[in-house]
Amino acid sequence: DTVPPQVVPGADPSARQLCFAWGPAEVLVCETLFGRAARALLPGCCCPALTGSVAGTGDGAPSSSHVFVVRRDQDIYIHTLRKLFNESHGIFMGLQRSEEELAGKSRKAQLVQVSKNYRSVIRACMEDMHQAAVSTRDPALQGQYSTQVSILSAMELIWNLCEILFVEAATAGPLLLRLLDWVRLHVCDVDSMVREVLSSESPSKHKLFWNVVDVFVLQGRMDEARHLLSKEASANPASMNMYKILDDLMKKMPVPSLGNTQTLTELELKWQHWHEECQRYLQDGTFASNPHMESICKILLGDEDAILEKKELMTTWYHFLVTRLLYSHPTVKPMELRFYAQSSMDLFLGGESSPEPLDMILMAAFEFEMHQVIKECSIVLSNWWFVAHLTDLLDHCKLLQSHNLYFGSNMREFLLLEYASGLFSHHSLWQLGVDYFDHCPEFGRVYLELHIERIPLSTEQKALKVLRICEQRQMHEQVRSICKIMAMKALRNNRLGSALSWSIRAKDAAFATLISDRFLKDYCEKGCFSDLDLIDNLGPSMLLSDRLTFLGKYREFHRLYGEKRFPEAARLLLTLMTAHIAPCSFWMTLLTDALPLLEQKEVIFSAEQTYELMRCLEDLTAGNPDKQKFQDDDVETTKVEMLRLALARNLARVIVKEGTVEGS
Amino acid sequence: QDNRISIWSAGDLGNAGLNGEYHGEPHLLCDIQHNGDVMDMQFLDQERIVVASSTGTVTIFRHHQNNQTLSADHRWVKAHYHVDQDTSSGGAACTGVVCNNPEIVTVGEDGRINLFRADQKDAVRTIDNADSSTLHAVTFLRTTEILTVNSIGQLKIWDLRQQRNEPSQIFSLAGDRVPLHCVDRHPNQQHIVATGGQDGMLSIWDIRQGTMPVSLLNAHEAEMWEVHFHPSDPDHLFTCSEDGSLWHWDTSTNVSEKPSFLHQGGRSTAYLSHSTMNQSVVSAWLSNDPTKDRMEITNLIPNQTLSVNSLDVLGPCLVYGTDAEAIYVNRQLFA
Repeated sequence: DTVPPQVVPGADPSARQLCFAWGPAEVLVCETLFGRAARALLPGCCCPALTGSVAGTGDGAPSSSHVFVVRRDQDIYIHTLRKLFNESHGIFMGLQRSEEELAGKSRKAQLVQVSKNYRSVIRACMEDMHQAAVSTRDPALQGQYSTQVSILSAMELIWNLCEILFVEAATAGPLLLRLLDWVRLHVCDVDSMVREVLSSESPSKHKLFWNVVDVFVLQGRMDEARHLLSKEASANPASMNMYKILDDLMKKMPVPSLGNTQTLTELELKWQHWHEECQRYLQDGTFASNPHMESICKILLGDEDAILEKKELMTTWYHFLVTRLLYSHPTVKPMELRFYAQSSMDLFLGGESSPEPLDMILMAAFEFEMHQVIKECSIVLSNWWFVAHLTDLLDHCKLLQSHNLYFGSNMREFLLLEYASGLFSHHSLWQLGVDYFDHCPEFGRVYLELHIERIPLSTEQKALKVLRICEQRQMHEQVRSICKIMAMKALRNNRLGSALSWSIRAKDAAFATLISDRFLKDYCEKGCFSDLDLIDNLGPSMLLSDRLTFLGKYREFHRLYGEKRFPEAARLLLTLMTAHIAPCSFWMTLLTDALPLLEQKEVIFSAEQTYELMRCLEDLTAGNPDKQKFQDDDVETTKVEMLRLALARNLARVIVKEGTVEGS
Repeated sequence: QDNRISIWSAGDLGNAGLNGEYHGEPHLLCDIQHNGDVMDMQFLDQERIVVASSTGTVTIFRHHQNNQTLSADHRWVKAHYHVDQDTSSGGAACTGVVCNNPEIVTVGEDGRINLFRADQKDAVRTIDNADSSTLHAVTFLRTTEILTVNSIGQLKIWDLRQQRNEPSQIFSLAGDRVPLHCVDRHPNQQHIVATGGQDGMLSIWDIRQGTMPVSLLNAHEAEMWEVHFHPSDPDHLFTCSEDGSLWHWDTSTNVSEKPSFLHQGGRSTAYLSHSTMNQSVVSAWLSNDPTKDRMEITNLIPNQTLSVNSLDVLGPCLVYGTDAEAIYVNRQLFA
């Protein structure tokens, strides 16, 4: 099986060197300027490494280069198909969650219902697409829509057959009835003709009258055929006799029933009798004078040539197959279908035309080769939707043996992974893909982890949705990564509150420290806090990082100072330094903040506290002797001196105060 | 990306069948292209809709009912932006919009509050950096006061008459500063406010007293996107969430006396029953005691899969939209 080569319009390997890179669902192809010793290239040799090209020495003149994005799956961008993807997602989820405990018949009924739901979604989509094709004025679009309609119709045809043969696994008897329904539903090229004849004033005079009668007979619609024939009989009394006999034969024809009213052997017996009766009438020449009625009788007898004569009315070989079965082997068993199918196709096509892909797929279905059906469909269809959902359904019917593929997972999982990966390249359908990955036990999680980080997060709401998905699946790496991205974005836009909110969500202490440092930097530069509403209301999130705690407490210090609650402020300030909550770089600022407190009229710092402060100051200045800047900087040295002086003075005052007995 | 604003007709009431069941699906009347994601929208009046976009643009669309078309009436481009309006590459998403004809208030991811008037080209007032985090939703408290909620769990009241750019009051949650996503005010009693948080918690606040919520109700398992009091029967509250559920909170005490909406003149009957009931109903939301079994909570969605992003309720109708690209209309809410 060869995949047809894709041509990227505009990319010309003979003109420019091309390089490519794989993405999650697409390929990037770009033109480069890597030099080619073009003239030295042998024809057919296109590997740049061999020619030893040197970057930049291109022989082409510099010009704008292009980057091409080659996407495999274009279908997800078709607007009308979105309903298909969304609705089928709902059905898929319902199937995964459905009761496994139901056994036997009820389970089968449930699965058949699921299959019918899928089909009705396909039909609804077909309807929409048809409407779109009819109402659009752009011929290109119209062509596209019409193609889509025929593709969807083919998909429904195949799915319906699979439902009859695999999901419902109709047995001999009901099998024929289901196949008849199937043909009636899908071969409708003749519908307009039928309508035309039925709505005319005297149908029996219509030139297509007998064609319509034949159609009804070929599709086993006996009542409708008899009804039309009665019109002919009333218009043409001479043939009344013939009509009565034919009508009687058609009425008496034994057909399989859906209930258990008769066994197969009974049916076969009855049918044999009826067949012989028809035979007798034909041989007696009863219908000799009316060729139409005679051919109908021949059809009733299952005469292949007579049926084949009506090729144009049947239009397809599978219609021929079902008609043949109806009139020669109504009790056909499922396993016998393959023989009849093969011969029907051969007879019908007659060597004039070769089978199309659709024919091959249907043939594979009749032969009960499920894997073949799926394989053929995968090749023919441009999108994984059909095979993924059908395979999943068949898997639930326990029909696919665990057919282990090369890479460890089974076919169902492989197809679902491919389908879901395709969804992820869509800006909004990726949400559906998540659920599909969830139900791929082997590799689903890994795929999800890789894909989810690459969804573009244009708004916070989208980011929140992605985060929720990750959190629900304990994908902590991804949570951290996404929160970091959002926090960085916020930081860059100067939204410090948002940035903090993201780090709290990810419990990212490092980032919280980063944000706090930013706040402190702002404070040092401007002399006041920005975003007080945030810092004043940190609450328990303050504990996320030490720096954040410091920020909160420092702000509290300022507040206390503003409210003139000096002793408390002083205590807090001291705690900040002694408990090592404050970063060392900030100690100088803190000590400087202590200055006004030291200079107050009343004594605030106790002796203990003053000793502590002095110790801190000494720690700070003695800390790093080769801090040249510290000693050279005049402002710094002045500050230190002022502090020392203030501390000394305070100490003096407090010793006196504490030594004094306070009398009343 | 192809985003559109669409107007749908959900059919008329006269179509009810024998059992009062509604037949027929909503069908599309008209639509128009929209740039960016639709973050929020509200009717300004019978004909005009204000839409907030993820590009930071706020647009007024007009619905021409005679020929069933939509047109863009007015647009404030980059009403929300980061750092610098002229040079910023994209705007900041406008996350919430509320209207009180002709005034329109919008808030966004840039922490900015804009006050527009429908007929004026430029913003009447802009409060830059109103909040250091993202403002998620806004609603009117009184004609001159608005309520905003942000992503560090704060509920703020802003007095638009005052010129200073500070909120007049700040409320916050007690424990963790969980982001608040939606806010709604009780239609009749203006001191009762409901907010929904990122952890799915529903908080009821009495803004006359205290700075913390009166009750915290553990509701959804994921972000609560929208909360709405029923406009004419505020004993009923509706919330929708990322976890795919839509809850109906019912504090009406006496089932038999529940006002009926489907009769003519239902409004006046409702009013009568309210006034005859005692004070306990009036403060039903505030004095929430689960042991008294007064609140009925129902999940209105049978098979939940993807998030319910938005809802609205009017009379007996409820409409909501999900991430599965489906809109649901329930026309018999109290049946």
